[in-house]
Amino acid sequence: MLADLSLTVARGETLVLLGRSGAGKTTALKLINRLLEPSEGEILVGGRRQADWEVVRLRRSIGYVLQDVGLFPHWTVERNVSVVPRLEGWPEDRARRRVREMLALVGLNAAEFAARLPRELSGGQRQRVGVARALAADPPILLMDEPFGALDPITRAELQREFRALAQRLEKTIVLVTHDIREALLLASRIALLAAGRLVGIYRPEEFLRAPEAEARAFARSLDAGTDAPPVTSHPGGGP
Amino acid sequence: MSTLQFFLNNGTEIFARALEHLWLVAVALAMALLAGLPLGIALARRRVLRRWVLGAANVIQTVPSLALFGFLIPVPFLGGIGATTAVVALTLYNLLPILRNTYAGIAGVDPAVLESARAMGMTPRQTLWQVELPLSVGVILAGVRVAAVISIGVATIAAAVGAGGLGVFIFRGVAMVNHAVILAGAIPAAGLAVAADLLFGLLERRLSPR
Repeated sequence: MLADLSLTVARGETLVLLGRSGAGKTTALKLINRLLEPSEGEILVGGRRQADWEVVRLRRSIGYVLQDVGLFPHWTVERNVSVVPRLEGWPEDRARRRVREMLALVGLNAAEFAARLPRELSGGQRQRVGVARALAADPPILLMDEPFGALDPITRAELQREFRALAQRLEKTIVLVTHDIREALLLASRIALLAAGRLVGIYRPEEFLRAPEAEARAFARSLDAGTDAPPVTSHPGGGP
Repeated sequence: MSTLQFFLNNGTEIFARALEHLWLVAVALAMALLAGLPLGIALARRRVLRRWVLGAANVIQTVPSLALFGFLIPVPFLGGIGATTAVVALTLYNLLPILRNTYAGIAGVDPAVLESARAMGMTPRQTLWQVELPLSVGVILAGVRVAAVISIGVATIAAAVGAGGLGVFIFRGVAMVNHAVILAGAIPAAGLAVAADLLFGLLERRLSPR
């Protein structure tokens, strides 16, 4: 799946793993919280080798947001958001307070949403709850697997903008997987481009569109042909 | 003697037999749950075992009930004349629906939800109790419901091995060629089956997450 992947994510940055479907982005992400184990090599989290972490401990200190969210369908929003605090044995009232804070942080009114079940939410609301859940125990690291992939273009743009503001404010170390070049350019401190299980290169967003590598060119071209964009001829810069 | 009159004259015995009947069924149901739930969960984890165990339970299900009771009589400890044999046989019958539904329920939990449980840092035990069982309780209860209804019917045969229950009236009525006596066993048994079906149906709707 992956070969010779060597990457360092700096504290507080948002590293975007960009690539086509099957490039190995999600695999790379799941290696970080040990949902997958590497066949060789090692991964350090917070400067400690993964083998030195107890796996449950490691995962609880890493927030995780997936596409389609994976909210627990039998639990209310409140219970979903408080899952890690409860696993960590927080007292009830502290967990409750935390839920309200987190819902406010992602722009949901606790009085209206706390008692709802996931199926009673729109896709965008579910995604917000997913982010709130990932942040609830205040983990220093946040992993996101195409978090905005399943949303309609308008909601997606809205959430991306809000999330960018949130990320800047929270100073979390974020690794985000996407195949959407626009999303990568909007959210990334750095973009790691993957193709067929290998790292093509790491770029700052402003460098990416000028990168010479073929795969980077392909992504840059897809920007012009983007389905959300007006036709190329009437589209001034072509950039974001 | 009319059926109604027989019911009125023998109310106490009918009631006592119905309780006996329920007791046989309840004990067998509890035993089958005790064995079937963990086994069903194990099957969902180790799917290689599935064919063999479900196959075995299927084979047991195909043995005619009277024959199963008969086979058990000479078996030491489990068999003999009396309630033990009946409970063992009923447990074996209950096993398949409970096992199959437990397996189906657990195996049917959305993999994305399981991955998310793992990613949140739940231990396998926490995942089982907080996610997998609550999400499959509806399916499991549907299996319990089927088991309960079937075993209330099959338990009428228990009278043949001296275990008592409502079957006593049915066997006696057949021997006497007396419809009133047969109905004194058959009607309450049917009533119990309907009641069990309604009860577990209600429970199923109450506890189902979706």
